[in-house]
Amino acid sequence: MRNRELAFLIMVGVLTAVGFASVYIARQDVISTSSLTYAGFFFALYVAAHLVTRYTVPFADPYLLPIAGLLTAIGLTEIYRLRPGDAFRQGVWIVVGVSLFSATLFVLRRDYRRLETYKYLFGFTAIGLLLLPILPVLGKTVNGARLWIQFGSLRFQPGELAKIMLIVFLAGYMREKREVLAQGRLKDWGPLLVIWVLAMLVLLETKDLGGGLLYFGIFLAMLYVATARIGYVAVGLGLFLIGAVGVWKVTPHVQDRVTIWLHPWTEHKVYCPTADSFTLRQNCQSFQLVKSLYSIGNGQFGGTGLGKGTFTTTSGAQIIPDLNTDFIYSALAQELGLIGVAALLLVYMIFVLRGIRTSLLAQDGFSKLAAAGLTFGFALQTFIIVGGILRLIPLTGITLPFVSYGGSSVVANFLLLAVLLLISNRANREVLR
Amino acid sequence: MNKQVSHVGIAALVLLAALIVATTYWQTWANASLANRQDNEIQLVAQFTIKRGKIYASDGRTLLATNVTRKVGGQTLYFRRYPTGPLFSDVVGYSTQSRNRTGLEQSYNDFLTGSNANLDTVFRSAIDKLKGTTVTGNDLVLTIRPGAQALALRLLRGKCGAVVAMDPSTGRILTMATSPTYNPNLIEKRYGLATRTSLPCGAPLLNRATAGKYPPGSTFKMVTAAAALDTGRFTPDSQFYDPGYCEEYGKQVRNAGNPEAPETFGNVNLSTGFQHSINSVFCNVGKTLGAGVVLDYAKRFGFYSLPPLELPENERVESGLYDHGRLFNPKHPDTQVDPGRLAFGQERLAVTPLQMAMVAATIGNHGATMRPQIVERIVAPGGKTITHLKPDQLGRPIKRQTADELTRMMELVVTGGTGTAAQIPGISVAGKTGTAEVGRGNIYTAWFTAFAPADAPRVAIAVVLENQPNGFGGTVSAPIAKQVMEALLR
Repeated sequence: MRNRELAFLIMVGVLTAVGFASVYIARQDVISTSSLTYAGFFFALYVAAHLVTRYTVPFADPYLLPIAGLLTAIGLTEIYRLRPGDAFRQGVWIVVGVSLFSATLFVLRRDYRRLETYKYLFGFTAIGLLLLPILPVLGKTVNGARLWIQFGSLRFQPGELAKIMLIVFLAGYMREKREVLAQGRLKDWGPLLVIWVLAMLVLLETKDLGGGLLYFGIFLAMLYVATARIGYVAVGLGLFLIGAVGVWKVTPHVQDRVTIWLHPWTEHKVYCPTADSFTLRQNCQSFQLVKSLYSIGNGQFGGTGLGKGTFTTTSGAQIIPDLNTDFIYSALAQELGLIGVAALLLVYMIFVLRGIRTSLLAQDGFSKLAAAGLTFGFALQTFIIVGGILRLIPLTGITLPFVSYGGSSVVANFLLLAVLLLISNRANREVLR
Repeated sequence: MNKQVSHVGIAALVLLAALIVATTYWQTWANASLANRQDNEIQLVAQFTIKRGKIYASDGRTLLATNVTRKVGGQTLYFRRYPTGPLFSDVVGYSTQSRNRTGLEQSYNDFLTGSNANLDTVFRSAIDKLKGTTVTGNDLVLTIRPGAQALALRLLRGKCGAVVAMDPSTGRILTMATSPTYNPNLIEKRYGLATRTSLPCGAPLLNRATAGKYPPGSTFKMVTAAAALDTGRFTPDSQFYDPGYCEEYGKQVRNAGNPEAPETFGNVNLSTGFQHSINSVFCNVGKTLGAGVVLDYAKRFGFYSLPPLELPENERVESGLYDHGRLFNPKHPDTQVDPGRLAFGQERLAVTPLQMAMVAATIGNHGATMRPQIVERIVAPGGKTITHLKPDQLGRPIKRQTADELTRMMELVVTGGTGTAAQIPGISVAGKTGTAEVGRGNIYTAWFTAFAPADAPRVAIAVVLENQPNGFGGTVSAPIAKQVMEALLR
């Protein structure tokens, strides 16, 4: 199994080299040959990660690590193409991510189910982490959402870590209470509801709608797995809709998002709050969404090719802000085309399939719930950001797992990967036995 | 539990599959409508990645439009520059970042960007795109002579008007100058400065040669005389008595000059009437022929249709009768139009300099109208000529004999009539003056149209000057025509 993983990693390494080489060829005048060392360094890093998995989780799924490698490689290549300076920082974060990934595997290699014992600790830490940005000194508002904490020049989004902790908490709690939850007695729901009301309030306060949808979606999926009662999902979705309408009514920020989603283009001039004047909406509130759609459209079927997309105006100004974080998908869609991004989404689908397989093979409830929650969360997060960019749902800023530029996101996703590998290792070992 | 886990897995896959569907929608189905959006900067930038074709004057060396390259965000972009500045601006036009284009830059955009349907070009552009190299457009070589063009523009300096010269036997436009004009290099940076002019007539962006509407005055007598001779109703020797006026609808229509003491010629023939531009003679011709016949001949010369030049449609206008600013094509011309005034170029006639040059060229070319053309050849980046100008006969509005009789009459105008200022030593010039009242005191629109050498003309010309105080066609416009013709015949 580890040999298959190594083979896939070598393929990923070759792909990465090709990616960097094509960026280099297309943009020789902007970047130097040293760019190619990225590919080499990157490959070495993943071989190291592979050696760790060989030692710690020999039976784990062989596809997950190469997929993570491929996704980070695609992200790193595109970030490198967009802003070479950011790629270095992203590279550093990937190193940090892989280190924490290895550390997690080492620490938990004997029995990760110890985690279950600390479920309440995880639950409250998650809430604490979510609350951190609200604190006056640490917190920082970016694009209307208060999601960041800042120490000096270092910014971190604690929500990404909180997501994994919440899933671990929910897996532990639901495993313990699944029978009683299925019966539907209110008193067993108490702790769950308290934590969820708290989480929702935090989200309201931070105005992180994408996060809210993500956590609630994960919660419903895990609840369904635990109780096998589809009615809960229906009621939950209903409650979410009612809540969403309520939030929409009272929050101008949310109203804006929905208006932008429904009518990004206007024929007549509308009021533009940021400029305090009347302009077409595509030139004001919805310009980011609209410019991103133009970028995607320009990719057409085959894409412009890596390094050949248009992201700046004739005067050199950036067309789409936040291109390498929230909007990296529209950059990829332009340069790789439909073929490229469809392949990218298929890679995400394979990751989901392997995650679900892990959950199916797992022998105990905690592992099943955790694997299902992590996998579904991974897919839902991808859906929320890409769906927002594609105007399927209102746009909210959230990262594309493994691909977007951003330290917290990269680190958190490597932790997620570590947990999945641990679960998979145990499940496969038991199957073989 | 496994059943639920697989349900969750299916839900997750459905979500991701929805993303593929949505991406497909935007990248294939909606792609064209996104590209057409006005605020799509990517499309804006895209056209600057194309190396637009260059534009040259007839010598194939004088560069009228070229590109300067600039690196923006790692991309090489090509921006338009016009080395000759205002010299050719009305013909070449401009192409700006906001996709505004005029002149040949607009009408030949496909060729200049290498997106024309010509098989060679399609193939080459496709290869360029596949290789990822810069798409290079085709070059244009014009028929305009840079020397004469510069001379014409210099002669027009400080005046409002236009000069159009063409080769009567091939239709090649040799000069197309208009004043005031503008510097196309300023359009983008300082539009206000580019469109400013110190001249009172304003409108520097207007190509007066093809879109300026002027009362033709006596130059229209070429058309009336052509109708008179071609119908066989008159000969150059037909006799008239000129009392100094012509009677129409019971009123006197006086000859040109001082209204209190009109020039009176007494007994004259048609040829002398033409030579001295006697209004009463043509008034009587018009009354005899009727407005319908005169207008019919005007249409044969190209009136009432857009001059078939390669410039954009909105930069050309029809010549003809205009009523409240709109082209007026009378159903019953004999009751709706005053035949006498029509015959000597008044009524509500408005003509373009290009149209009058075409009339002169047709007479000079023995009665055959050649299609006016301005693009000599289109050259692919490799140097291969894709298309070459082919002279094209539009029609034959008058008989050869009529044309030759008219030529004799026009020669008399220059040798001893109203147009003596256009005489060129050693070369016989055939011409016709025109001085149209504009309804304000002694302010006139001054015309001169001519061709030379009279027997086998190599150049036909129309010169118009606006708002000339006490300026007659024969005194202010004829000298300009003479100098430009000299330059072109040299």
